[in-house]
Amino acid sequence: MVNPAIEGKRYPRTPSYLVGREKLREFAKATYLPASFEVNASDQAQLVAPPTFPVVIQEQSLKLVLSDPEAKLDFSRVVHGDQRFVFERPIVAGDELTSELVVASIKTLAGNHLVTFNTEIFDASNKLVCTAISTLVVRGESA
Amino acid sequence: MPNLSELTVGQVVAEKTFEITRDSLVRYAGASGDFNPIHYRDDIAQQVGLPGVLAHGMLTMGVSISPVVEWLGDAAKVLDYSVRFTKPVLVPANSPAMLSVSATVGAIEDGKARIDITTSFEGNNVLGKAQAWVKP
Repeated sequence: MVNPAIEGKRYPRTPSYLVGREKLREFAKATYLPASFEVNASDQAQLVAPPTFPVVIQEQSLKLVLSDPEAKLDFSRVVHGDQRFVFERPIVAGDELTSELVVASIKTLAGNHLVTFNTEIFDASNKLVCTAISTLVVRGESA
Repeated sequence: MPNLSELTVGQVVAEKTFEITRDSLVRYAGASGDFNPIHYRDDIAQQVGLPGVLAHGMLTMGVSISPVVEWLGDAAKVLDYSVRFTKPVLVPANSPAMLSVSATVGAIEDGKARIDITTSFEGNNVLGKAQAWVKP
């Protein structure tokens, strides 16, 4: 289950995550991106992250919710409902990113809870780089 | 590289089929840090009431944008990407799950194109409302 009272709760900023070139290549290979993903038309020197890479940063923030005793989020009953990434600019190798998660909404539907998290990802100069929006479905006891 | 002025709504811009194996799931677990055992252990998948080992939803999301990135020639041109996970992708221990991805121009607005993505497994769509706004 999940505690509905955490709706609106904002979690602390995560420690800085340094985006590594080889990590991006590993992630690109794991998500079957073509080798041409390494081409960045705007700046050849910069290796651009695959479009779903921000999930790695989002995960840092989600861990704070999972370990929060107030949230009472039972991860064994969780399935991923939907996911969105909105980019202000591409993530590139060398970026130092932090993230801050807010519990945007908790809805109940057919005995399940739908928990939507908004995770804002910032660069080292504190500019917003990407917003990751994730809805988890927490199955009810009878489901 | 594609040119926005040459695109038309309804045009198919990319189509590709991917073989997802247990090895793919282990590789994605390592790359993403998502080591939930339902993505590699049959016994644990069964214990929690699943019909078998499932691909990570985020792997399906990542694979589904791959042909679009290939078409664009640059991952930086993806501005906004969203999916809904509607059906699980079951990955047997010793044979691949085949994911078929098709990407179509859904809309063109303000110098951007909305690419609508269909990803199917065993004849069913596994993603709902999978859309990427791109700037070709």
